[in-house]
Amino acid sequence: MTPALQEFLLILLKVVIITQLLLGLFSFMTLAERRLLAFMQFRLGPNRTGPFGILQPIADGIKLFFKEELMPASASAWAFFAAPIVAVTAAFMAIATVPYGPPFRIPGTSISVTPQIADLDVGLLFIFAITSLGVYSVVLAGWSANSKFSLLGGLRSSAQMFSYELSLGMSFVGVIMLAGSFRISDIVASQAGWFWNWNISPSKQLLAGVVYFISAAAEVNRTPFDLPEGETELVAGYHTEYSSMKFALMQMAEYINMITVAVLTTNLFLGGWNPGLPFLPVGGLWGLGYFAAKTFFVLFVFIWMRGTLPRFRYDQLMNFGWKVLIPLAALNVLGTATLVAVFKW
Amino acid sequence: MAALEQLLRLVLSEAFLFYVFSGLAVASALGVVLQSNPVHSAFSLIVTFCSLSAIYGLLGAPFIAVLQIIVYAGAIMVLFLFVLMLLNVKREAPRAGRALAAAALLLGLLFAVQVGTTLSGPGLTPAAGYDASTQAFARQLFSPRFVYVFEATSILILAALVGAVVVAKKEP
Amino acid sequence: MTIPLEHALLLSTALFAIGVVGVFLRRNVITVFMCIELMLNAVNLAFVGFSRATGNLDGQILVFFVMTVAAAEAAVGLAIVIALRRQKDTLDLDAFSSLRW
Repeated sequence: MTPALQEFLLILLKVVIITQLLLGLFSFMTLAERRLLAFMQFRLGPNRTGPFGILQPIADGIKLFFKEELMPASASAWAFFAAPIVAVTAAFMAIATVPYGPPFRIPGTSISVTPQIADLDVGLLFIFAITSLGVYSVVLAGWSANSKFSLLGGLRSSAQMFSYELSLGMSFVGVIMLAGSFRISDIVASQAGWFWNWNISPSKQLLAGVVYFISAAAEVNRTPFDLPEGETELVAGYHTEYSSMKFALMQMAEYINMITVAVLTTNLFLGGWNPGLPFLPVGGLWGLGYFAAKTFFVLFVFIWMRGTLPRFRYDQLMNFGWKVLIPLAALNVLGTATLVAVFKW
Repeated sequence: MAALEQLLRLVLSEAFLFYVFSGLAVASALGVVLQSNPVHSAFSLIVTFCSLSAIYGLLGAPFIAVLQIIVYAGAIMVLFLFVLMLLNVKREAPRAGRALAAAALLLGLLFAVQVGTTLSGPGLTPAAGYDASTQAFARQLFSPRFVYVFEATSILILAALVGAVVVAKKEP
Repeated sequence: MTIPLEHALLLSTALFAIGVVGVFLRRNVITVFMCIELMLNAVNLAFVGFSRATGNLDGQILVFFVMTVAAAEAAVGLAIVIALRRQKDTLDLDAFSSLRW
């Protein structure tokens, strides 16, 4: 087996493993969300199917699989089909380029594996580009179903998404300036050492971290920004007319986007796979462990926000995005640029 | 095993991918022009932009490739789609067949001229690998040659922003 | 195998020709606009191809500026389209003929 073929097979294996891990994490997230929300609301949540409700996602999957697929008669068929496909494609493409840990050696062999499918030179820009393509799934879904609720929900949701994209992009810029590279592995490497080296510390990019987290929550339509899909508003917004597998795909895309945001927050602001304390063991599987712990914490914060905060009204949401977050992000870019250029921060 | 590697080398080679994406680009460009529903044309144009972005990546311009998605596919086309959906544009009546034939003739003529002139001259050999990373790009962009143009484009964008708001505003 | 420059230029010409035909053929203002964007992209492709051929980054920087200008132009143009639609309630190019002699 030539080295080229070996490399190709390794990448194929990584694709399969990471995809399966993400799908597993997605189903676990649906269960975790319901149980944690239930605990926050002083009730129990699903605990009947299997111990601690572990088999609940499987039960949900089977139920959705057997539901009837409906399509409104006057809907545009190709757009109706394309929307979930675009959503899932964009979600998985984005998460394919983030690293999940440091390079580690498979024990017993000399093969060094980087848990990242593609380490692009312009990695962070690529992720920004793909998330801006995710808006089209919403537009397609809203427009294709040819119903008032869907169209209004779709337009509102896509307006919300690209309004918050601006502050999202600008919050990246501060991080990139400090690390000097677009590669996510370089950015993680610049946060090695003590935990005050992480980009979330006040001496680095605290404002960018906060702006990024809020913008990203708005970008993936999470509470308190989940107006487009709140059940009490506009029926179910842009996925009113979707049922069965297409609906499951759109939900999957949304959860995968949320996981992407959590992974990016961990990598860009919480130090990635670096433990905050230098005396802890680093490298290899330890790095994966620290990374997983931080990512699960960020996901928990998302669920916590959902259980605690009421949702924004649409005009409040647009106001906040354009008049508060974008100026803050721009201010952060200005400040960081001054510090880096003048004081060699 | 060797045959498999040969096949992989072919399918993942620059030239093969270039032909695949250029075929996709031409097909969706024809879709933009020939489809009667403007929303369908808009989606075809998005496909064109994405395949062009892949071609830029293959031609050794990664920053421009990503910028193409961010600016064209991610911002300009969203603007187009919003205007199309807010104005509720319906499909347009097609032009007479004669106009279509004349247009096709024009296309063929333009293309034939270009093919003739391109293939008859001496070929341009690509230069040895040059540094097309974002850092090199930025170094060029902020060099005294281009930095004033860069600042001027920021004023241009501001003017376009104000102009668009003023022109599209509804009179109260 | 590397991509020969001529093939990139041929693709650029094909896209440009399709864009030109679209501008002549279509009646809806917004579709004409989209064909103009197609032409701009064809030119961008030519720039990138030549940048690779000469080993100079100038082509890519020009592409950057073309993209910026295209974005600004799209914004203003679509605002004008909205204003036109408000005036005449149609987007057919043949209807806006008051300046024709």
